[in-house]
Amino acid sequence: MPLLRVEGLGIDFGGLRAVDNVGFQVEPGEIVSVIGPNGAGKTTLFNMISGAYQPARGAVSLDGEIVTGMVPHLLARRGLSRTFQNLQIFQKMTVLENVMVGCHLQERASLLADLFSTPASRKRSAETRAAALKLLERVGLDCAADKEASSLSYGALKRLEIARALALEPRILLLDEPAAGCNAVETEEIDHLVADVAKSGVAILLVEHDMKLVMRISNHIVVLDRGEKIAEGRPGEVSRDPKVIEAYLGVQPKEAGGHALG
Amino acid sequence: MRLSSSKHLTLLVLAAIILIAPFGFPSNFYYRIGSLIFVNGLAVTGLVILIGFAGQISLGHAGFAGIGAYACALAPQYLGLHPALAMLLGTALSAAIAWLIGRPILRLQGYYLAVATLGFGILVSMVLANEAPITGGPDGHEVPELGLRKLLETIGLDLSNAQFWYAFTGLFLLAGTWLALNLHDSPSGRALRALHDSEIAARTVGVDVTRYKLSAFVLSAVYASLSGSLLALMNKFITPDAAGFLHSIELVTMTVLGGAGSVPGAVAGAALLTMLPQVLTVLQDYEHMILGLIMMLVMIFMPSGLVPSLSRLLRGRT
Ligand SMILES: Nc1ncnc2c1ncn2[C@@H]1O[C@H](COP(=O)(O)OP(=O)(O)OP(=O)(O)O)[C@@H](O)[C@H]1O
Ligand SMILES: [Mg+2]
Repeated sequence: MPLLRVEGLGIDFGGLRAVDNVGFQVEPGEIVSVIGPNGAGKTTLFNMISGAYQPARGAVSLDGEIVTGMVPHLLARRGLSRTFQNLQIFQKMTVLENVMVGCHLQERASLLADLFSTPASRKRSAETRAAALKLLERVGLDCAADKEASSLSYGALKRLEIARALALEPRILLLDEPAAGCNAVETEEIDHLVADVAKSGVAILLVEHDMKLVMRISNHIVVLDRGEKIAEGRPGEVSRDPKVIEAYLGVQPKEAGGHALG
Repeated sequence: MRLSSSKHLTLLVLAAIILIAPFGFPSNFYYRIGSLIFVNGLAVTGLVILIGFAGQISLGHAGFAGIGAYACALAPQYLGLHPALAMLLGTALSAAIAWLIGRPILRLQGYYLAVATLGFGILVSMVLANEAPITGGPDGHEVPELGLRKLLETIGLDLSNAQFWYAFTGLFLLAGTWLALNLHDSPSGRALRALHDSEIAARTVGVDVTRYKLSAFVLSAVYASLSGSLLALMNKFITPDAAGFLHSIELVTMTVLGGAGSVPGAVAGAALLTMLPQVLTVLQDYEHMILGLIMMLVMIFMPSGLVPSLSRLLRGRT
């Protein structure tokens, strides 16, 4: 059974069909990429899967359970985690605290225990701290742990979001352009990190404009154009698909010729 | 561990100030100003949790102070409760009301939330002013003696009335500060601060945003209610002004002046706005002008409030 199954998903904004009739599935440990030109509806698709938007049509199921339009914090309990294209960082908290918040569900916080700083509450905080530090090490931000998050560079904040999303110990991770704004070295690091996470059995749904990265690490690619799925398949198949080449270059494949997505 | 040591330092400094300040007091009047600062500081600490941690505004928290205050005035008379129990009853009532109105109100954001909470505060002060047969109306109502001072006397601790209230309210402020500092660096406190910065990101990592906002609202209502009860018991008299719009605004102003996200800022803000009018009375006609001017200057030059700005300045120097 696939971990994530999306069927006939669609949403409209005013008259605009932002996403229409999109379906695909993701298995544990698999990296599925969603690609498409700007405005194709990739982020909107993510927002529907992660409960930020209510889909108008279609269904999302997680491990066999229908979770269409379920609120994000309940999806988090079911092991779905995500990052944001337009960063959503806890700016006034430290880098370490940002990741600690990602451990929220494991902490099972109790307001009264926290107010009176009971030994149980302090123990939870200490455990979270240790776990968060490990994750910061994993994304190479451990040296910035006590800095205020707003002081980090864009590329570092992207990695901070990944660490926070991983803190949830997700079964499926949605990454919206994790390498945007990163230099070649940082992109390489993210590449390794994503492959590493997938190897541990986490299903990954990836939106990324860096085609080299996408072609290298994806098991499966879904191509969107103007809200609709125009192709899907293995990286090699998709990059030769005439419809995909046309969508990317806006011309007939014969004129453009060859491997537009290299 | 760095954070927990700064917590203990804050508590230590606050305790030291409360203990040492009286050595410089020329008269009983100063004990009274001190008690007023502590009482206000308690309510403001609650607002630091609501506004500074969770990022939710309330312009009606004096309503909860009014409920706490009138519980101490009315419950002894009508239910025959001891004033201390009346204070607990008021706290429970405030918490229950905060929970009930918080559910619909906290769905609102920003100035919509401000207006809704403002409405609540006005409602409470109207009820207190209009139900004259029960509450005494705008003329106010007497509040019975707490009786703790007499009790202390019998065990040999002989304090003047002003000294007793100074110590008693000071202990409440210390306890309130301790709880708020604990909360700040706890799992729940991090969840509150997270939803302040990005609700969608907090939701995405599993924070039940609705529930946490409601917790902060109820908690801050409890602080305000206790503050109102203490004021009533200390003055032995209460008027609907305790629940009034101006008092709500005053509390929020103290919160912001001190530094909304800062627990020690609550005390600093309360101290500034409680003491300044006393100090400025020497200026007579210009009192309110200068007060307004000082508030504006603080916000212009210390936009994040007294304590955060000053501590940044100190850290920059060393
Ligand atoms: N909240 C919204 N309200 C109205 N229109 C929206 C909203 N969100 C997205 N859209 C529109 O839906 C379409 C798809 O947008 P989306 O952000 O999903 O594209 P994308 O594939 O992520 O693009 P990019 O590669 O630039 O990130 C666009 O036309 C966009 O303007
Ligand atoms: Mg996008």
